Amino acid sequence: VALAGGAVADPDEDELVINGEIAIVTQTAAPAHLEGSLDEIYSGWRFRADGTQAMEMDDFDNPGMLGVEVGEELFAKAWGSEGKSCADCHDGAESLADVRPTYPKWNDAKEQVYTVQMQINDCLTERMGAEKEKYDSSSMLNLEALIASVARGKPVNVAIDGPAQSTWEQGKEIYYTRYGQLELSCANCHEDNYGNLIRADHLSQGQINGFPTYRLKNAKLNGVQGRFKGCVRDTRAETFSPGSPEFIALELYVASRGNGLSVEGPSVRN
Amino acid sequence: MKRIAATFVVLGLTAGAAVGEVAPADVKFTDGALAESLSGMAGNAEEGYNIVTSKSLGNCVSCHSADAYADIPFHGNIGPMLDGAGSRWSEAELRGIVANAKMMFDGSMMPSFYKTAGYVRPGDAYTGKAATGELPPLLTAQQVEDVVAYLMTLTDE
Ligand code: HEC
Ligand code: HEC
Ligand code: HEC
Repeated sequence: VALAGGAVADPDEDELVINGEIAIVTQTAAPAHLEGSLDEIYSGWRFRADGTQAMEMDDFDNPGMLGVEVGEELFAKAWGSEGKSCADCHDGAESLADVRPTYPKWNDAKEQVYTVQMQINDCLTERMGAEKEKYDSSSMLNLEALIASVARGKPVNVAIDGPAQSTWEQGKEIYYTRYGQLELSCANCHEDNYGNLIRADHLSQGQINGFPTYRLKNAKLNGVQGRFKGCVRDTRAETFSPGSPEFIALELYVASRGNGLSVEGPSVRN
Repeated sequence: MKRIAATFVVLGLTAGAAVGEVAPADVKFTDGALAESLSGMAGNAEEGYNIVTSKSLGNCVSCHSADAYADIPFHGNIGPMLDGAGSRWSEAELRGIVANAKMMFDGSMMPSFYKTAGYVRPGDAYTGKAATGELPPLLTAQQVEDVVAYLMTLTDE
């Protein structure tokens, strides 16, 4: 539903190439399911100031890459009672390069949509004899940063049909629900008003191709669902929790709005 | 004033509204407008300026820019500029827009400032926790009047 609010201003025209070699698609035609809502989709990178953008163009300037380094150590170390490391079963993080572009994804055995973090927790508890990690724990975010980093430049391509469809529909409904005392939906800010200013904030489309995200504001890696929580809280609503079925559905739906953008994480945002 | 006094008798039993005040649930819009003062009193334009420009009060500046408050930093541009609002709209229309903009503009993104029910997952302000009990409106009846008085000063000369 188009509102008669301010005119939508354009994102900038900058191009993102990481380390002078990984070309990132930050703008492309919207996926078919967004017909009537959006024509073009843009990475949040295109809405950030030049200084913030520059930090993501070179791994030495990207503080999120420190998380990737920790992720590499975690990947190689033995955890839990089985004495196994991730590397014992997975031939380097590079062997998981198709994970970040295609998750959240339907898990046949568990008969539900799985995020990367849920998948890692299964490996920890069912295969390594380790404790489950809390949602968005720093170890989880570091492993996620590692798994994203090896997929940079690949197009986001999450499946929305088949068994995942009803979860996707649920996520879509959440996206368009006007929550809280301010009665604002994700779409109010990120579909109808991207490019506009809400106070000092330049609104992006709220895409998640860049997650996990290193935010200058809290100087650490941030998970997708933690970010959702902050946005829902800002509508003066009772939030959902990271790891909840609602946020898993919303993550699948929002990821699908970015089908065609490149995986970019760990990205840098303010 | 007879009508307002009568409203109060009914309200006094429910919301504990101040004398002469129309409670949020009893506000009756006519074409999105409200002819009578919600507090039964006149607004104070200076107070209205504070409410419009303060993040902790109306926070209108988050979405609306205006040359009239150019000294306040960081204006949003989600809604129209507020300069000239007092010439474009009557006092009754402005009261309606501030109390519940969705009555004037169908589906508006603008929050409803004088309303207490009908929310999805209402929270306890910005804590992210569930609201406990009925929420107070975002602005009191008198604050709405103050904002309307301020908007009335924003004329095209
Ligand atoms: C003992 C073997 C083993 C260990 C140790 C292990 N995994 Fe796995 N992992 C698997 C198997 C087997 C699968 C495939 C499960 C499936 O396809 O249903 C898998 C799947 C995955 C996937 C999803 C892959 C895909 O293509 O969908 C990710 C991500 C993953 N593991 C990460 C990790 C991480 C991170 C660690 C260490 C914390 C780890 N794994 C440790 C065996 C292991
Ligand atoms: C009141 C406005 C508002 C609402 C409602 C809102 N957001 Fe946001 N969101 C923002 C602002 C401001 C930012 C920071 C600037 C930006 O990246 O757009 C942001 C950032 C984000 C980001 C980070 C984007 C990036 O590139 O890192 C995501 C993801 C996001 N929002 C998703 C959502 C989702 C999903 C919802 C609904 C559950 C939602 N937002 C609701 C204002 C809002
Ligand atoms: C979250 C965004 C938002 C906030 C906060 C907000 N507004 Fe609005 N406002 C809008 C939008 C959008 C419109 C345009 C009407 C429409 O089509 O929805 C509007 C329209 C108006 C209008 C009519 C504008 C004209 O001249 O045509 C007035 C007056 C107004 N707002 C005043 C206020 C006041 C006073 C406050 C604070 C108490 C406020 N607004 C807070 C978004 C907002």
